[in-house]
Parts: sequence; structure tokens; C-alpha cells
Amino acid sequence: MPGESHAPKSSTRLAGLGRCVAWVVLLVAATAAILPLYWMTTGSLKLQSDAMKTPPEWFPENPTLANYEKLFGGEDGGAWEGRRPAARWLLNSLLVAASISFSAVLTSALAGYALGKLSFPGRAIAFWLVVATMMLPRQVSLIPLYLLVVGFDWMDSYPGLIAPFLCYPFGIFLVRQFMMQVPDELLAAARIDGAGPWRVFWHIVLPMSRPALGAVAIFSFMGAWNEYLWQLIVTNRPEMYTLPVGVSKLVSTLSEFDLGLAMAGATVAFLPMLAVFVMFQKYFVQGVSVGALKG
Amino acid sequence: MFLVPAGIPFVAFVLWPLIHGVALGFFDVQLRETRFIGLENYRRLIGDETFWAAVRNTCGFVVLVVPTVWVLSLGISALVFPMGRWARSFFRFAFYVPVVAGGVCLAMVWLWIFDQRYGLLNHVTGSLLGLEIDWLGRTDTALPSLAVVVISWSLGQPIIIFLAALGGISPELYEAARIDGAGPLRRFWHVTLPMLRPASLFVLVTQTIGVFQVFVVVLLLTVNGGPAHGTRTIVYGMYETAFTPMYDFDYAAAQGSVLLVALGTIAILQFRLLGRETRLD
Repeated sequence: MPGESHAPKSSTRLAGLGRCVAWVVLLVAATAAILPLYWMTTGSLKLQSDAMKTPPEWFPENPTLANYEKLFGGEDGGAWEGRRPAARWLLNSLLVAASISFSAVLTSALAGYALGKLSFPGRAIAFWLVVATMMLPRQVSLIPLYLLVVGFDWMDSYPGLIAPFLCYPFGIFLVRQFMMQVPDELLAAARIDGAGPWRVFWHIVLPMSRPALGAVAIFSFMGAWNEYLWQLIVTNRPEMYTLPVGVSKLVSTLSEFDLGLAMAGATVAFLPMLAVFVMFQKYFVQGVSVGALKG
Repeated sequence: MFLVPAGIPFVAFVLWPLIHGVALGFFDVQLRETRFIGLENYRRLIGDETFWAAVRNTCGFVVLVVPTVWVLSLGISALVFPMGRWARSFFRFAFYVPVVAGGVCLAMVWLWIFDQRYGLLNHVTGSLLGLEIDWLGRTDTALPSLAVVVISWSLGQPIIIFLAALGGISPELYEAARIDGAGPLRRFWHVTLPMLRPASLFVLVTQTIGVFQVFVVVLLLTVNGGPAHGTRTIVYGMYETAFTPMYDFDYAAAQGSVLLVALGTIAILQFRLLGRETRLD
């Protein structure tokens, strides 16, 4: 009898121990994942001399905003003197990401509806083209797009930064998968009541697919905000740089790696996106899981 | 009618450039004229040592990153899942933040962390092991170092996917296994792993496709594709061929086509493998 009552107790104790170990392992892993971002943010508050200290300062002892002043004021920025480059980069990034996100939602909603709920000749082919382009590497179209942009004289311009991303194949796929779940009976009922395809779209399908559209907005915004290769290729003038391009050039242009300045630039690029993520976390999770499990 | 707003940019900026990109590989593009040269660019690729280095390194990244990401994200998800809602959203958040931060921001910090004199890493290895290594400058450490950076921002998405998939496993399966006397490890092996097969396949394929396109770390963390071409990847090679003073567009396009064929094959394999378990419609 005592043996019997002892067994479950030790197994719950073992389970409790296991849970503790699991927490420790997870917290260590999560810390490792976040540490670079902590180091970046605190590093942006350090002067070069403090950033180079050994042993490193885990917490900035003389926090300063000097790096941000330099970044936005451009006083010591050499070629960018007095031109407030970072403010312009921030504006460029916001403008480009917002336009791309807006356009992605619009085109994905319309095309997703057409591919999911309307029947027309060539629908299957159109859908497979979308899926194929979604999976194939965009780098293949890099050079033709570059030639196109040069041909339109769109170098160093917003159209050049935005146009290649107006249509977002993954977004079309996501919305289409979501709209497939809207019951056909609902649409048929609306049609019997005399609603045309536009009214059905506007009053029934669109409100119901709000979660998918939210995910498209978020993912296209994040993709545009963090895009690098394309923005690097189509911008030559510092006024047209976006944040990632500008920040990366902080390192290659300055003769010496100004740690604090680079970290300040990276922090300016990171914080707005973090804010968007915190506000719309729900949509990120939905978007990732809808894309994966329904696909 | 609904297709027009999406269709025009789709054809102009997605579909046509893709086709044009493949076609370019068979031409010789000069300022004044463009001449069909058939497989000449591909013949040149076969004899190009730097291209083969890029292929080797790209495969090296895949081998180092993809299995590690799979094991780590699966392990983390399996540990987090039983802890309840709050812990789930906390860890999901923590591991997704680096995804949100993006490649350039993280590359900047890692450049500092890996720095030989002022870097955090050498401070730690120096005080613990007495080792101070030029992480990004040595042929044997450069590629693994970059792989660590890529891994650090690749965990967020698979963890979300695995947590969602774990939620879809019926508790009765675990109950049945427990009645049969299976311990936690055997339950994981015989219930969790097989039930997560579709999610695992999806993660492996999307990660492979993503890692094949590694570029930002190579450009920003190493100089000219690394020591002895030790970190250059296919996409980096494309960039260098087309957009540094070489401006050899057609040769770069041929490299892109090789990437296209590789990833196309993976995509087709995925549909073959997944097709039986999940359907697209």
C-alpha cells in the first residue's frame, strides 16, 4: 500500500522537475534569440569608446543619444552633412511599405475572390501560375525587372521601388484559400436576392475574409520593410535609400566601423516594425498558420 | 473583371520578368545588340570555379541550417505546447521578434558580435576558453558563423506552425498511448512525430527554399563572398555578376536559372510528398 501511493507522488515530482528544466531551457533559448536585439538597442546608446570597452558593458553606463543626433542631423556624416538622411530613409521606407501593403491587399482580395469563388475559363491555369510564382525564387526576375525599371527611367524613384511588388502571389494564395471556406450557399442566396458579383464581394466575401486580408497587409508590409536586394539595386542617391539600404551603407561608407551609429540606424529600422508586430501579432500568427496548414 | 487589377502587375512584374529571366540566360546581352548564344553561358558556368564554390556553399548552408532549424523549432514547440496559453504566446513572440527585425538590422549587430577585437563572442570564448577567433575571416569558421545568424532568425515561423499543428492532434491519441503504457518519450516518438509529418515537411521545404536564397548575410558580414570564396552563395554570385562593375546580365541570369531549376524540383517534390496528406483544394 505505501509503495502504491508513493509511485504517483514521485512521478508528479519528476514531472514538476521536468517542467522546471523545460522552462530553464526555453528561457535560455529565448534569451539567446533576443540577445542580439538587446545588444543592438543598448549599443545604440553608447559612445564609440564605451562600445569598444573590454569587458563589454552589459548595460550602458553613460547612455547618450549622440548617435541618433548624428544619424538624423548628419553633422558628422561626411557626404550627408546637414541633409538629415535617416529621417528621409524612414519616410521612404514608410511610404514604400505602406504603398506595397495597400496594393497587395487590394489585388489579393480581388484576385483571391475571382480564383476562389468565380468560375471563368482558365481559372485553374491562373491559380497554378500564382502558386508557381509564389514558390519560385524572385531573384530570377531581378535582372529583367532591373532592365524594365531602367527602361522606364524609374531608377531612384518611388515607382521603381514599389512597382515590382504591386502584386503579391502569396497574398492571392492566402486570400483564395480563405475564401474557399465561405459557403457557396451564402453567395447563392445573395445572388437570388439580386446581388451582382460586386455586391456579393463587397458585402459578404470581403467582411468575412478580414483575417486573411489582415495577414496579407502585415506580411506584405514586413516584406517591403525588410526588403534589401531590390532596394539596394534601384537606389543610387542617398535621398532615395530606404532604411535597410541606408543602414547598411553606414558601415561601408564610413572609413571606420562606427558601432554606435550603425546600431542606432539598425534600431531605427527595427522599432517601427516591432511596434507593428506587437499591435497586429494576431494576424501574424493567423497568416503563418493559414498559409501552412490550409496549404 | 476582378482579375484586372492584380493581373496587370502580375503579368508585367512577376510572370514576364520570370520568363525573361530564364530566356536571358541563352543570349549575349551587349549595349547595342543581343545575340542568341544557346548554351554558351551554361558551358561557361560548368568551368567556373567561383560558381561551383557558390553551389557548394549554398548546399553547405542548407545542410547546416535546415536540420538544425527543424530540430530546434520542433523541440521548442514540444516543450512550450503543454505550458498553456500564456507561455505559448510569450515564446511565440520571443522567437518571432528576430524574424520581424529583418536581415539588415541583425547583420549589423552580428558584425559587431563576431568582431575579432570588440565582439561579444570573442569576449565570451576568450574568457572561458582563451580562444580569440577571427570568426568571419577564417575559411573554417566563416560559413558556420553565418549559418548561426541565419538559424537565429529562422525559428519564428516553424514554431508558430508546429504549435498550431500540435493543437490539432487529438488528446485521445495520447490517452490511448498512455493506457498502452507509453512514457513521454515514446508518446513523442510514436504519436507526436507521425502526426506532425505534414507540418514537418512544410517546414523543411519552406526552409530549404529560403536558405537557397541566402544573400544578406553574405554581402554584409563577409567581404567579397568570404575568405577564399568561402561564403559566397548562388544569389550572391548573381548579384556580383550583374551589379558590380562586371554588369554581365546574361551570365547572371543563367545562374538564376540554375537556382530556379533547383527550387522548382524541390517544389514539385513537395507537392508529390504532401499531395497524399493535404490537398490544395
